[in-house]
Amino acid sequence: MSAAAAAHGAGSRRRFKPDRDADEWHGRYVPYDLVKEFLIALLVVILLVVGLAVVFASPDDKPVTIRSWSNASPVDFAQTAITELDGTSGTGSYGPPYNTNGTAQSIGFFAPAKWAGVHHPIDTANDFVLGPLATLPNDPQVGAAVSEYRAASPAQQAAWTAAYEKAVADATWQNGALKVPAGDYGPVGTIVSGLTSMARSGALDGALLSSRQFYGTDYTKPLLFIADGQYLASLADHQHLSGDQWGMMNETGNWPGQAWLWLYTLWYQVPPMKTSSNADLQVFSIMIILTIILALVPFIPGVRSIPRWTRLYRLIWRNHYREVERPPGTSGARSGAGPPKVPASV
Amino acid sequence: MPVLAMIGSLVGALVDLGGPGHYVHWGFIQISWGNLIVIGLMAIVFILAIALPFPHRGGDDQ
Amino acid sequence: MTVTDPSAHSTAADPGVAADRPEDADQWTAKVRAAAVGALPPQKLLPDRQPAYVASWIYVFGVTTISALIVVIGTGMLLAIMGPNWWHVSSTGLFVNSLHLWSVEIFFFAMVIHLWGKFFMAAWRGRRAATWITGVVTFLVSVGAAFTGYLSQQNFDSQWISTQAKDGINSTGVGAIFNVTNFGQMLMWHIVLLPLAVVVLVGIHVLLVRLRGVVTPFRARTVGDGPPGDDVTTTATGEVTA
Repeated sequence: MSAAAAAHGAGSRRRFKPDRDADEWHGRYVPYDLVKEFLIALLVVILLVVGLAVVFASPDDKPVTIRSWSNASPVDFAQTAITELDGTSGTGSYGPPYNTNGTAQSIGFFAPAKWAGVHHPIDTANDFVLGPLATLPNDPQVGAAVSEYRAASPAQQAAWTAAYEKAVADATWQNGALKVPAGDYGPVGTIVSGLTSMARSGALDGALLSSRQFYGTDYTKPLLFIADGQYLASLADHQHLSGDQWGMMNETGNWPGQAWLWLYTLWYQVPPMKTSSNADLQVFSIMIILTIILALVPFIPGVRSIPRWTRLYRLIWRNHYREVERPPGTSGARSGAGPPKVPASV
Repeated sequence: MPVLAMIGSLVGALVDLGGPGHYVHWGFIQISWGNLIVIGLMAIVFILAIALPFPHRGGDDQ
Repeated sequence: MTVTDPSAHSTAADPGVAADRPEDADQWTAKVRAAAVGALPPQKLLPDRQPAYVASWIYVFGVTTISALIVVIGTGMLLAIMGPNWWHVSSTGLFVNSLHLWSVEIFFFAMVIHLWGKFFMAAWRGRRAATWITGVVTFLVSVGAAFTGYLSQQNFDSQWISTQAKDGINSTGVGAIFNVTNFGQMLMWHIVLLPLAVVVLVGIHVLLVRLRGVVTPFRARTVGDGPPGDDVTTTATGEVTA
């Protein structure tokens, strides 16, 4: 049978749509060594990969630890620690899946994060500050401060932390200690100083690992704590990795990154996503819709006609068209996929 | 593995890409040279793949 | 070779045969084999000839993508042998990591050119939409596989990418089960689930290509025709009615 494959077997008359249907091939077949082609391609890829690896290697910037952060930038650490204690940090006020302290992103009624709920519960005051400090065995002063803080009323706690959060904005680091302007912080000053010392010693890194077991592979808590500070972001900004720098597709140094994320990161650079607090959900929704469109291109009128309109196919199959469009009578013209040639076989 | 060890220890990286990144700014578009080169090469290779004649033309008839 | 392997001679004799013995015809195994061999006989599965129009460099990018995928998986296996920490402390390990990274770059490089080529050939025509769709899904899953690779590096990149990406994933609700800051979970997705998905999808994609064959060119312009391919009605028997 020679007709549109779409009408294949149906026997019924169906209009041939050039962007949906294709003729069956009744023209020439030529030898084509697939296995040889594959092995040559494999060899070329291996040589290219080895060449690129030898010449350019690959990036491996050392991770930030809470220890390295608090030593490099102790004031930033202390300023972050107080926001973890009073729950105003990024994680503390995040909402689902970490807690219920923030509003999940939504588009109108569509709020999938809210529907999914809390799955990795994090209470920053206890998980990031008070809990780790309670594991310090030989520091009665800090222990007493933690007890005093826990025993205080929520209103009292809020008054202390609010006062300290304001004061710590002007804190400095002098002679290995945090200098914060004096004020009525109750035990909060001791707590934050204690946590800063603990962080600088490296003990906080271990205390934050989610699992209270020997082996751990979940770094959610230390990662979120580090990401709440300014230090990680400033390093990333320096490396051109921030969201507003198209950072998603970039790599440290000069290596190429995930260039295939260009469209995804593009949407974050344009209004309204650029400034929206629901940007992530908006961008994800756009990308999901675009991906569905890409997958369904064969069925979308107009979009599926672009290849025929752009006529790039004439170049790709130029030999074929040269052959089938030869004026009749010229030797060498053979029937290919051209339509009005003979009905051929059934 | 010994071969890999040899290559690995001989050449870390002939060209060090680890320095400060280089970026192209064009309006609101920012792109690293690394990504720009990769995308540019993709376009060039695509054009060449269409434009260059494919070697085994004219096989025999079936 | 002895003749003790019954499947050998039966397939050779008649690829579509249901069973070696008539009494086995109801066997599920025999039916599955008959259906498989019927749909994709060896000559169709691994053909040595292609239609004459299959003559362009654009056709090599599918197989180049598969070649790169093989190198990606091979170098990933080398990394797996020594474990996730190895490449941070050994120059050999770093070199293997470099091989892994650059094979991924080439994988996407070839895959995107393959996609562009197939788009401009409208390769979904003639009941080939499923081939196109599996290709798009493969691309999508590959992006996920690469992404979880970046998260599994245990370096500054992983920290930054995971803490940034969490907001996107969390906003969709998927963060409830897919926690990008959980290294162990991301490593498992990267080295088990997603590579398996990519390989299976590529397998289906290639089988679909073999099943339907390489798409034929748009109809040529011939004397008296309008624009190429337009307004020609055919019937199942191939007669041209307008």
